[in-house]
Amino acid sequence: MAERKIVDGRGSFCPGPLMELIVALKSSQVGDELEVLSTDKGSVNDIPEWINKVGHEYIATTEADGVWHIMMRKAK
Amino acid sequence: MKILIVGGGTGGTILANNLARRLTNELKSGKARITMLSASDKHMYQPGLLYLAMGKMTPDELYRDQASLLEPGIQFHVDPVEEFMLDKNQVKTKSGKTHNYDIMVIATGSRMFPEGIPGMVEAAETFYTEETALKMFKRLQSFEGGKVVITVGVPHKCPMAPLEITFMLNDYFKDRGIADKVQLHYTYPIGRVHALENVAKWAAPEMDKLGITYDTFFNIKEVDATNKILRSEEGVEIKYDLLITIPAHKGMEVIEKNGLGQNGWIPTNRTKLNVEGRDNVFTLGDTTNIPISKAGSTAHFEADTLGENIAAMVKIGMPVREYDGKVFCFIEVGKDRATYAMFDYKNPPDPKAPTKAVHWFKLAYNKLYWISARGLL
Repeated sequence: MAERKIVDGRGSFCPGPLMELIVALKSSQVGDELEVLSTDKGSVNDIPEWINKVGHEYIATTEADGVWHIMMRKAK
Repeated sequence: MKILIVGGGTGGTILANNLARRLTNELKSGKARITMLSASDKHMYQPGLLYLAMGKMTPDELYRDQASLLEPGIQFHVDPVEEFMLDKNQVKTKSGKTHNYDIMVIATGSRMFPEGIPGMVEAAETFYTEETALKMFKRLQSFEGGKVVITVGVPHKCPMAPLEITFMLNDYFKDRGIADKVQLHYTYPIGRVHALENVAKWAAPEMDKLGITYDTFFNIKEVDATNKILRSEEGVEIKYDLLITIPAHKGMEVIEKNGLGQNGWIPTNRTKLNVEGRDNVFTLGDTTNIPISKAGSTAHFEADTLGENIAAMVKIGMPVREYDGKVFCFIEVGKDRATYAMFDYKNPPDPKAPTKAVHWFKLAYNKLYWISARGLL
């Protein structure tokens, strides 16, 4: 059954939120939804770009109190 | 108060010594006791492996006897933990002994896991163990030219290692007089050449200047060792003649087996450093799941925090400070220049132009580490 996971990359400059997402995807199943939390504005562009490049499904990005929430679904 | 430290690497050793000094009177009076359980009687200076792979250090320079690094008063046993019984405040060791604790710190570290990528173990050279670093050096010495590709798995220990090995290889081939026969090609998992944006902004022009080519957004999927081809998750193929990998890492098996954390990373409070859901169990260094660099300096600064806090818990019954996410990494830029990156949860790094002075300081630190491990630096 598909799960929803939070990937908490807040305050992470290195390895950073995208690397945390890549790690989290390794132990996720196709269909799982992952929500990345990031305090780095660069994630707003970097993460969707990578999601699209690899062929996963980008869902949406929202912002609240200086934290960006980037939602995606593992597609393969 | 029985304090148990599981693991005798950088973090565990600095913490044990820090605590022993803060609790001298309590150890003498029997009010406190510090026990360390480790898998080895030797302590390795892990950053030295990079130099071993380049023929700039020898294995004997990497080791000290663990007991010789520890303050008197620390009870040290080579007897690794096999079972954690957190509800009983107990652990069971390989020899079958049971140890009780009031406060425990888990500092078991991490291990490379190249097996996660099909073909990687057979095809690639790496330098994360003494054996593999020596093998890599021998392979380099017999290499006469071609395309050298560097791949980077995630997560990995030492965030600067991908850049350092690349720049050092560049100088190595120059010194051997075969630079014109070698094409160095660097790959990195995200959309720039390093996770730290400011480091990437500095490193990419350095690579351009040196003629080092690179692919970003390259997450290795498999290695075809027969045809010497790499394939990425992003659908890119790269031919290679010599493959060097910064392998992905996992936490230690004992952590996974005991259900303490997926892939061996223990869920940890990022400022208090306690294991989630436990007030008397802490963790530090590579063992945590905190999204910061898996580096010796991370373990060091976390050990400083825990040293103050656990000593305060013994003396006044509560911790006194929080870990701010501080990390400091040297960055070797070839054989004779270096810079550094320092950052925390709130402040990104701002690396300066590499200098010879910082390189010399790094070489000095390779020796000073033993003072660091003793908790003096």
